[in-house]
Amino acid sequence: MKAQISPRLLRSMLPPLSLAALLIAIFWLQPRTMSYFGLNLLLNLAVPIALATIAQMFILCVNELDLSIGGFVSLVACITATWLHDTPLLGILALAGLIAAYAALGALIHSRNLPSIVVTLGMSFVWLGFAVLVLPTPGGKAPEFIRTLMTLKPAYVPFPIIASVVIALVVHVGLMRSAYGTVLRGAGGNPRSLERAGWSMLKIKMTMFAMAGFFGVLSGMALVGLTTSADANIALRYTLLSIAGVILGGGEFVGGRVSPIGAVIGAVTLALAGSFLSFLRLNPDWQIGAQGAILIIVLALRVLISRAEVAK
Amino acid sequence: MTGLLSVIRQPWLWAWLGALAVWLATAAFTGGKGSGEVLSAAMTFGAFFVIVALGQMFVITLGPGNVDLSIPACMTLAGTVSMKAMDGASAMIPVGLALALVIGAGVGAVNYSLIRLLRIPPIIATLSSSFIFQSAAIWWNRGLRVKPPEALADFTTAKIAGIPVIALFVVALAVAGHFLMTRTIFGRGVVAIGQNMRAAHLAGVHVERIRAATYIMCATLAGLCGYLLSAFSGGAALNMGEEYLLSSIAVVVIGGTSVAGGFANVPGLWGASLFLFLLVTMLNTFGAGAGVRLVLTGLIIIGVIVAASSSKARA
Repeated sequence: MKAQISPRLLRSMLPPLSLAALLIAIFWLQPRTMSYFGLNLLLNLAVPIALATIAQMFILCVNELDLSIGGFVSLVACITATWLHDTPLLGILALAGLIAAYAALGALIHSRNLPSIVVTLGMSFVWLGFAVLVLPTPGGKAPEFIRTLMTLKPAYVPFPIIASVVIALVVHVGLMRSAYGTVLRGAGGNPRSLERAGWSMLKIKMTMFAMAGFFGVLSGMALVGLTTSADANIALRYTLLSIAGVILGGGEFVGGRVSPIGAVIGAVTLALAGSFLSFLRLNPDWQIGAQGAILIIVLALRVLISRAEVAK
Repeated sequence: MTGLLSVIRQPWLWAWLGALAVWLATAAFTGGKGSGEVLSAAMTFGAFFVIVALGQMFVITLGPGNVDLSIPACMTLAGTVSMKAMDGASAMIPVGLALALVIGAGVGAVNYSLIRLLRIPPIIATLSSSFIFQSAAIWWNRGLRVKPPEALADFTTAKIAGIPVIALFVVALAVAGHFLMTRTIFGRGVVAIGQNMRAAHLAGVHVERIRAATYIMCATLAGLCGYLLSAFSGGAALNMGEEYLLSSIAVVVIGGTSVAGGFANVPGLWGASLFLFLLVTMLNTFGAGAGVRLVLTGLIIIGVIVAASSSKARA
């Protein structure tokens, strides 16, 4: 080590480095995954998780937390597999209504100054309840166009990789590079100064929640495209996965410090962690626990890096 | 005591009124049939809610961002380990209890050290640690259901004059919790930290020591609840803690404790626990399906929080 690497750079490199380390370990354990087909299989389920993580990121960006995203994605999956398949118009209306409901939730949380944790915990019941009402027993059928999209086999690069890159870049350009995106992130950093500058916090919160709803809808649709049918509990674990994904990707809980590219990388890392553990022939009982351990390790590394940052 | 006015202003009053209203609605629907049994069941199930909510209340009172999401995993772990250790033998009851409490305290200590050492928000610390505890519980007995010792199971279902013994026990626990919160240096310290951490520190409150004790206490209560609940329901199940994640937070908030911290209320915990249980019972009696029940429960919780926030705004 001749040149000193700046801690800041190291910090932003942490998510891709952890992903790379995990991928190398998987390739080493199971060389057959190093093929078009293998990668496709490995990364398939990462796409809906990445979309849900992006949704969570929009909420975290304005210093709130969404504990209902898993129930929401489940509900979207149920609607997609039933109404959107049978009566597309009704399905589209319902999904648009759900996005509007998310925006309304943002407005309620902001105008009444309610704790988002409690409101979204309550909403997780509501979404799950509606999901049970729409689809009481597992079933339904994925609409043809989603199925076709999710099973695309482009030449050379597997579809999940292309999809992840596209998601990350689109959100990155929108949130990190556009003028309004900067305002939105500022709402997490210093809401009071934004309000003094004449921006409406209500509008910003509603926009961010609506974006979260939009990506939640995309996540549910992508999920059904992969699984071909739905069930009311299909995505409940996405709530925790999405929070963990944002944090793994370098996001912070407060201050509007988020990274869309990092979030997608974090989601993919978590999705791969499961495969990695099964290749290790680790006891499946420890699957969830290992995800928690990976989260803690990455956070510990980050603390070490920020100590170095302070020391400089 | 300025009479009626001060009673109306009590934050716990609404939870109790809500519980009463829901119970009366159920009784009216069934024509009073079985409403005594419903009340007795509500006291038993409410007692389990109160045990975890008591700990969660202390944690939430520490201020914004403080919440323990590892309660379900801690309950499951303490329940499975203690049931397996006792293996149905009555002589092992104290050992099982001690084990459950130690596991709880250990979980709390791990949570707090993650919060402190990694400087991460309590939500993410307790969330990631809960994954590990949940896995540990799965690995420990692979979902096998070990029956609790008979004497312990009898204790959790026993009744004196129609009142469940466990409810009496938890009332005593709540009184102790109330005393701890309002009359001790520890409790006052928790409230002071919740109101302004920096001011509390400058005033000489041992902030970190109190935070550590709070997280350990919360997890220890979760361990106790896991122990009693698995004795009550004939063994530990891997998903037994699930509904306690939302409930513990909802009970605290509906009970009149401020989610922003710095203001706690113990009597409201009991009112809110009874309210939540009776609400589900009412919806069941009305013949609502699982979907409708979930939707209404969620909406009513949000409604109560919105109502509570507006009454605070007027005061």
